Amino acid sequence: MSALAQTTNPLILDASGIVKRFGGFTALDGVDFTVRPGERVGLIGPNGSGKSTFVNCITGALVPEAGRVLFEGADITRLSAHRRARMGLARSFQIPRPFKGMTIRENIEIPLAFAAGETSRRKSAERAGEILHSVGLGPRAADLPASLSQVELRRLELGRALAANPRLLIADEAMAGLSDSEVDEILELLVRLNGEGIAVILIEHIMRAVTGFCERIVVLVAGKKIADGAAAEVMRHPDVERAYLGQ
Amino acid sequence: MSSLSTPYVEDRRGGLPRTLVWLGLAAAIGVVLFTVLGRFNSEYAYLAAYGVLQYVVLATGWNILGGYAGYVNFGAAGFYALGVYGSVFLYKLFPDLPVPVMVLVAAGVGALFGLGMGYLTLRLRGVFFSIGTLALSVILHTVIVNWEFVGGARGAYIIRPEDAPFFSSYAAYLCALMFVLAVIAVAIARTVQHSWLGRGLAAIRDDETAAECSGVASLKLKLAATSLSGAVLAMAGAPFPFFITYVDPATAFSLTVAVNTIAMPVIGGMATWIGPVVGAVLIGSLQQLATVTISSSANLLIVGLLLVVFTSIAPFGIMGLLSRRRTVR
Ligand SMILES: Nc1ncnc2c1ncn2[C@@H]1O[C@H](COP(=O)(O)OP(=O)(O)OP(=O)(O)O)[C@@H](O)[C@H]1O
Ligand SMILES: [Mg+2]
Repeated sequence: MSALAQTTNPLILDASGIVKRFGGFTALDGVDFTVRPGERVGLIGPNGSGKSTFVNCITGALVPEAGRVLFEGADITRLSAHRRARMGLARSFQIPRPFKGMTIRENIEIPLAFAAGETSRRKSAERAGEILHSVGLGPRAADLPASLSQVELRRLELGRALAANPRLLIADEAMAGLSDSEVDEILELLVRLNGEGIAVILIEHIMRAVTGFCERIVVLVAGKKIADGAAAEVMRHPDVERAYLGQ
Repeated sequence: MSSLSTPYVEDRRGGLPRTLVWLGLAAAIGVVLFTVLGRFNSEYAYLAAYGVLQYVVLATGWNILGGYAGYVNFGAAGFYALGVYGSVFLYKLFPDLPVPVMVLVAAGVGALFGLGMGYLTLRLRGVFFSIGTLALSVILHTVIVNWEFVGGARGAYIIRPEDAPFFSSYAAYLCALMFVLAVIAVAIARTVQHSWLGRGLAAIRDDETAAECSGVASLKLKLAATSLSGAVLAMAGAPFPFFITYVDPATAFSLTVAVNTIAMPVIGGMATWIGPVVGAVLIGSLQQLATVTISSSANLLIVGLLLVVFTSIAPFGIMGLLSRRRTVR
């Protein structure tokens, strides 16, 4: 790719030909995936189809065997996870992974300091307060994660991702196991974040959340991308119905 | 992240007065301790105090990696021996070199060895890391046993000066030196705990993957922790040859040092700098007491029993029992 093309790349994320193997098992088999700035993309697929593995390859927790990942035009394929976080690539974990020994506020302050580079205590406290308020954890700031409910832990995951000041947020099943009204809460939050210009990749099994939120949907089955397009179109795709919704 | 010493720019203000308060406190403890020791004025009192202080340094140094970052180093005795044999080596070359210089050299060598150990083992997590550190310690032991210049398996004799200026005996001098090292070790541990480094290490301890995704450069921070920890551990060993005047690999790599160094922070509490100090003073004193009343062979038994009790009923140590927030940093 030429220098000019890099600076004018209209994509925030441009992953191509991603291959990831675990031993002899191919979890990702040449996946292409793109996201435009501010876009809302859904990533769906049956259990074990490779969605979380793909997220891990994008965020740097895993290094793919083949393929290339560009973030805002820069090649980040081999970059460490913390550098990607500092560049504006944030994720929430499917199974919440809070810093258990820290208060909720301190949980938020880690990415504020280490990813967003906030060195002022006053500004950090201010920003942490804002973020906690926006994810609805304001009153819990001084509590430990052990005292949070499942939905609160999901919100903490999103709050911590948000604190990294991301340009792209990957929400890996942020709503699994939540009640209908709790799902709506998280969705509202994601809509609000997206309104602030953050592109979102939503990985979800709850179809109403995916179809309601996403402009575009990508379908992964057994490590291969089988569909990629406007939400309504993809949901009508016969392969998708058979491979995913049919079961 | 312009300054490592404090987490936030505002914290730099008012740093000096607080440091002076701490130094004053340390000086006061030192004066009381050495007045009491002066009253006893027996070699044994200095021996006992030296032993306890040495464990304050060891436990505090170990905790920088083991407590703050949650990486359990089984090779503490290896680092300690590095300091011990660093001094033996220097003594063979320059017999008149002052002990504080040897301490400085030990700190440098310990930091380098810690860095090397980090590069070799820090990509391993959990128990694999611990086994790696143990293996390195065993390799170091083999090297020392076969290194004739520092006495090999037979050990080495050190002829120390009869006395030291300003002190009633050479033992009193070394004891005072160890007190200074304890103050330095605690100052390092406390600074780390309240710095960017400490906050990042705490995140790594809680969840390394999540820490990385929050922008924490985990490998870099862990390498800083192994180097600092290694420097302090090796420092603790440097004056030892002059204290007992004969060392062999069995003393330098002793199981007692290895076990105590891990047990004291675990029993005292690993989340803050104070836990290892409390653990070392308490267990170190208890062991000295047992040595005179029962036998020195009771030492490991005592620490073993305490370890079992604490890990099963008080996993956050004495400080955890006292603190409302059990895993507070
Ligand atoms: N570290 C690993 N080692 C070996 N196999 C793995 C590893 N991580 C994932 N896998 C396998 O790769 C496949 C894809 O897993 P992945 O977690 O990416 O699926 P997913 O689409 O996120 O599923 P779910 O909807 O259940 O979250 C699965 O078969 C899984 O067992
Ligand atoms: Mg998954």
